[in-house]
Amino acid sequence: MQKSAIALTVAAMAAGVSLSASAETLTIATVNNGDMVRMQKLTDDFTSKNPDIELEWVTLEENALRQKVTTDIATKGGQFDVMTIGTYEVPIWADRDWLLPLEGLGDDYDVDDILPAIRGGLSVDDKLYAAPFYGESSMVMYRKDLMEKAGMEMPEAPTWEFIGKAARAMTDKDNEIYGVCLRGKAGWGENMAFLTATANSFGARWFDMDWNPQFDSQPWADTLNFYVDLMNDAGPPGSSSNGFNENLTLFQNGQCGMWIDATVAASFVTNADDSKVADQVGFALAPDNGLGKRGNWLWAWSLAIPAGTEKEESAKKFVAWATSKAYAELVAANEGWANVPPGTRTSLYENPEYQKVPFAAMTLASIQAADPTNPTVEEVPYVGVQFVAIPEFQGIATSVGQQFAAALAGQSSVEDALKNAQSLTERAMKKAGYPK
Amino acid sequence: MARQVTLNRRMVNTAVAWAFGLLIFFPILWTILTSFKTEAEAISLQPSLFDFDWTMENYQEVNSRSNYPRYFMNSVIIAFGSVILGLIIAVPAAWAMAFVPSKKTRGILMWMLSTKMLPPVGVLIPIYLLFRDWGLLDSRVGLVFVLTMVNLPIIVWMLFTYFREIPGEILEAARMDGASLKSELIHVLTPMALPGIASTMLLNVILAWNEAFWTLVLTTTNAAPLTQFIASYSSPEGLFYAKLSAASTMAIAPVLILGWFSQKQLVRGLTFGAVK
Repeated sequence: MQKSAIALTVAAMAAGVSLSASAETLTIATVNNGDMVRMQKLTDDFTSKNPDIELEWVTLEENALRQKVTTDIATKGGQFDVMTIGTYEVPIWADRDWLLPLEGLGDDYDVDDILPAIRGGLSVDDKLYAAPFYGESSMVMYRKDLMEKAGMEMPEAPTWEFIGKAARAMTDKDNEIYGVCLRGKAGWGENMAFLTATANSFGARWFDMDWNPQFDSQPWADTLNFYVDLMNDAGPPGSSSNGFNENLTLFQNGQCGMWIDATVAASFVTNADDSKVADQVGFALAPDNGLGKRGNWLWAWSLAIPAGTEKEESAKKFVAWATSKAYAELVAANEGWANVPPGTRTSLYENPEYQKVPFAAMTLASIQAADPTNPTVEEVPYVGVQFVAIPEFQGIATSVGQQFAAALAGQSSVEDALKNAQSLTERAMKKAGYPK
Repeated sequence: MARQVTLNRRMVNTAVAWAFGLLIFFPILWTILTSFKTEAEAISLQPSLFDFDWTMENYQEVNSRSNYPRYFMNSVIIAFGSVILGLIIAVPAAWAMAFVPSKKTRGILMWMLSTKMLPPVGVLIPIYLLFRDWGLLDSRVGLVFVLTMVNLPIIVWMLFTYFREIPGEILEAARMDGASLKSELIHVLTPMALPGIASTMLLNVILAWNEAFWTLVLTTTNAAPLTQFIASYSSPEGLFYAKLSAASTMAIAPVLILGWFSQKQLVRGLTFGAVK
């Protein structure tokens, strides 16, 4: 009896070992944000449907993640089977054949349901190279009570002129209330994301059709003068050090009249657990200047499969699961519709339950107002709204961002900042061999 | 009178030392306190030092999200492994430089130190390619090797400094008594330089524990140490300060405890030969 019990135990253990040995492990690189962390908690749903696939997560802050996955894919290191990348990387990496095209994601995947603006940003030659996990644009978040106190009413689609007037009217520096909070911290994904999108609405562009830098043009001077004057009059002190998190802190503590930033912030500022002004927040489209382009950006954290992976089929199964309509329903069932990753699928915005979420309509309108393939008033040779999808952009834009942050901090004039931006961009582009 | 002056001076010195110590320790204290706050309290613009609702929810969240023991064990293996390997290489090297110097010794020492001035990212791609080809990516062995190389110049320099303080006549006497080179190193030199070797070891364990370039780039899951554990809680888009503080506290606690219990040894080693 005892012998047979031992034999049974050994057989069971062997079966377990054999099952675990036959399971394929996917290594997935992700960024640390609320939506991604939520996905990790819900992966039991995926592994129960796919018992032969195990998941290993590498979660990192986005700059660390970018450095790591770029190093790995450029050297064909093969450490990851699924990577979380943004709209900046997709066209560059796809062009180098570093990513597998996402075909055959399943009959019920419904690629046509992906929002056209997002799909366009993740496709090269009409082939999808990354599946959007969540998408975002930027919009105006404002305090209804302070707006009312200032005797003004926020239109659904404000102009920059209105924003300037409202910000100055809402400012009460004695009580540490500042009319507008905007990104000032130097970096290609920090102040330059905001300023590039803003410049688009002022009629500026990074390069002309021959890849000549355009910082010596009047629209760039108008953009930067407007930004610096506005922040000096109505911005918080030390704003040249402020990024997303710093402005979020100020807004949640009731010190900003308006904040123009990522649509993903809407769920934070309306969360009564963290925000002191949760019940006073209104939303509006990013401003324009009547030139046909709004100052909003477009970004999507997306799941892509590196070309070197040996686990393509399993990786596709995971990508399809995480970016499917069924996943949105899974999140809604577990955490409520407000926590469903936004900005990826048309069907989500047609869902009556999701339409009840206060920021849903404005998020969709903001995403639809951005066009990564035609981002500026005048024609440009590049793709990208708040970035230029060339490998050199990260370095150049961070240097330009330092010049603009210095102008905001009063360490240099706007004219000098633009002159320096023009010369450093000319130098870098020449070194990189442009025009190509 | 003289006694009074001495007493006053000692009190002032003590007060200055405490003030300086608290100043240095304050960021760590703040991190620990923040780890017990809610996210809303962590970002409050009127922060309070102790008067807040203490909560363990950040630690619970961090523990449920991450496999802390695995990160911890990797840190222990990588930090101690690299320092032990470094000492095995550095003790004979420092002995040769301290007791049998040549004309080139100074130059070699300076060259070794100069490698610390090279930004690590400058050799990232070649090292990454070597690791890929040798199958060392995401392996503890690979990281032990890299961190040994990274800290070897400091280990050699520190040991060289300690060894120079030991009179060469003692080693000569051992040799005259018939000690072999191995015996001289193990039975004569090492016991005499033990405080120096211990402090070198402790300091370099701390350096290896905190190394956050190679440990982030060369690992994914199997060999990921506590630096990656912390990095997984940092985010430029979203306020996770309290959780990040909890992760940081868990990551620095072992090395803080190690430093606390070995502080006498550390100070003794670091001031070895400083006053003659």
